[in-house]
Amino acid sequence: MNPSEPLSPADQVAESAANAESAGHSRRVFLFKLSLLLNGAVGAVLAVPIVGYLLGPALRKNSAENSWIDLGPLSNFPEGETRLVNFRNPITTAWDGQTGDIPCWVRRIAGNNFQVFAINCAHLGCPVRWFAQSRLFLCPCHGGAYYEDGARASGPPERGLFEYQHKITSGNLMISAGKMPTLAAAHNCAGPRLTQIQTNSAPAETDQHKTPAQTQSGDRSWPA
Amino acid sequence: MAGMKQRAIGVYNWFEQRLGIGAPAIEAAEHHIPSRTSSWWYVFGSAATVILALQVVTGILLALVYAPSASHAWTSLEFLDHNVRLGWYLRAMHGWGSDFMVAIVLIHLVQVFMFGAYKFPRELTWIIGVFLLLLTLGMAFTGQVLRFDQDAYWGLGIGASIVSRVPWVGGALVDLMLGGPIIAGPTLSRFFTLHVFVIPGILLVLVSLHLLMVVRLGINDWPMPGRLVNKKTYVEEYHSLTKKTGIPFVPDAAWKDAVFAAAILLAIMACAFWFGPFGPTGQPDPTIIETAPKPDFAFLWIYAVLAYLPPSLETPALFIAPVVIIGAMLLLPLVSGEGEKHWSRRPVAVLMVAVIAVTLGAFTRLGMYTPWSPIMNAWTSDPVPQSDLKDRSPLERQGAIVFQNKQCRNCHAIGGNGGMRGPALDSIASQMTEDQIIRQVLQGGGNMPAYGNALNPAETTALVHFLLTLRGQNGIPAIDAARTMVLTTEKSPTTPTAPPAP
Repeated sequence: MNPSEPLSPADQVAESAANAESAGHSRRVFLFKLSLLLNGAVGAVLAVPIVGYLLGPALRKNSAENSWIDLGPLSNFPEGETRLVNFRNPITTAWDGQTGDIPCWVRRIAGNNFQVFAINCAHLGCPVRWFAQSRLFLCPCHGGAYYEDGARASGPPERGLFEYQHKITSGNLMISAGKMPTLAAAHNCAGPRLTQIQTNSAPAETDQHKTPAQTQSGDRSWPA
Repeated sequence: MAGMKQRAIGVYNWFEQRLGIGAPAIEAAEHHIPSRTSSWWYVFGSAATVILALQVVTGILLALVYAPSASHAWTSLEFLDHNVRLGWYLRAMHGWGSDFMVAIVLIHLVQVFMFGAYKFPRELTWIIGVFLLLLTLGMAFTGQVLRFDQDAYWGLGIGASIVSRVPWVGGALVDLMLGGPIIAGPTLSRFFTLHVFVIPGILLVLVSLHLLMVVRLGINDWPMPGRLVNKKTYVEEYHSLTKKTGIPFVPDAAWKDAVFAAAILLAIMACAFWFGPFGPTGQPDPTIIETAPKPDFAFLWIYAVLAYLPPSLETPALFIAPVVIIGAMLLLPLVSGEGEKHWSRRPVAVLMVAVIAVTLGAFTRLGMYTPWSPIMNAWTSDPVPQSDLKDRSPLERQGAIVFQNKQCRNCHAIGGNGGMRGPALDSIASQMTEDQIIRQVLQGGGNMPAYGNALNPAETTALVHFLLTLRGQNGIPAIDAARTMVLTTEKSPTTPTAPPAP
């Protein structure tokens, strides 16, 4: 069609309809994009409580989870003995059942000198058992062994047993507990201590901060 | 009779007019496949799908009774086993179905790998398959947690200990995993949600995509040595192959899938009937520490690897190895999407499968009898063999008592009984001299703790005297050759006199 020619009335009607149609289409496309944007915004707002709910357990402060727990009078713990003591975790739900009861090993060295060890092996968290005769803690899972002071003796653990902070209040032994001890939460427990025994022939290795490489060299000394 | 059939067709048409899924479903079922692929090698995928259906059904039935609460889960399982009619059988089928599922999925994986099925254009089918494998293992692990017993409790402890080793965010991840400060009610709820809603949901969606792609792209053609995959020509070649040798999947090939699936279902039912349900073992009470936790069959190899890794390698291996392995599996079809499919022309692939299978098998076998774990009650349950006490002096017999009392037996076997953590001591005196034994006992070393603090001098003397009687078959005591050298040279007159003792 030649644009200079005057349009017939019928053509004019068709063209304006087409124009209106395309204008309407582009408006609807715009509105659709706007609606996507709106939903994106609503979704982002919605995500805040959902993510907050999901991350809730990780956002709690560690200090809120540990509290002082009474393990009973000192007379319960004979000097020179290591005993298994159970306590109710300070934070539980009503439906925790037996899982809220946590055991720990209490060692009374002498007088008011105590050590309280977590039940969980420093390797992978299995329950270590105390053998009074050989003065060792042994782990049933992968054979980690610890001396009576909690220091690493042998096996796969990288460090000694986790230790709870403790204090004596009016004749009762109290420990600070509440969170499952793992390598990541180890700062809840006291740091590793000096071992009483030199585990290897090298006299320099007096503490358990032995690097794994040194442990390795020690491993090779076992005769075939 | 004819009227009945007429009416049935009428009903079908009523639904078909509205739903419209009958025709495409029939078309998909009857799609033509190359005749060689109607093979007993091609039945594992469909078998896995059928087991999935079994797991969904038995899982829903168990959920009718199971109480996902830490205080009642174990009791509700006992209730299922003993008080609900056939509850034990449903539990057994779900448990055995899980083991069969893992096995069939692994066989399916090996089969499609050996047949080069991951190559063009089925790369995405493989990649989704890798995720399906991970989800299957995820179901196996979370399912083990829902069997909320001692193994589940300490298994969660192992899981948390592994997660805690993640650099920087380990602590936060442990909190997310446990849902609280300790393994307790919120932990079980989380794993219930994962096992019942999250993983199955993703699993069903991905299985649908996986199957959709199998139908859309056609089943992998039977590999022929020398018939190379080329992205430009493959689709055309496949279509002409299907045109030339094609047979409808249903019924010409599907009967084999159906027969195998029925056999597998029957095997699960039989295992469930004869062997019964798994556990639950002891109550999930952490104060009962007389336990030796062990993971389920599918994870025994990980348990073994964790025992043998040197401590320094453990954390890196735990987090780098899975990324490398899963990454390699995901990238495999993208890196080698073309070329030879037949296993006889892919020696590296065959070797890899063989090595991985033997490795996993060996570690699983080790995981079954855990030679690295001390036997906690060996010192009171395994007596010293009489032959080792006969004609011995009182001191030596006293040493045998020390040997038992100090729990040496938990790690060291005599006469085939005792722990395997340390070497068996039947012929220790033929391998070590008295001095070496004393040093080893008092100072430890290797993988042995030092017993210097746990033994007094009298006990040490007795113990060492007992150990010196253990000379095994040949009975020749070990001698320190250097010591005799020193002693003889000291006697010779050329040697300067030894300095006075300090």
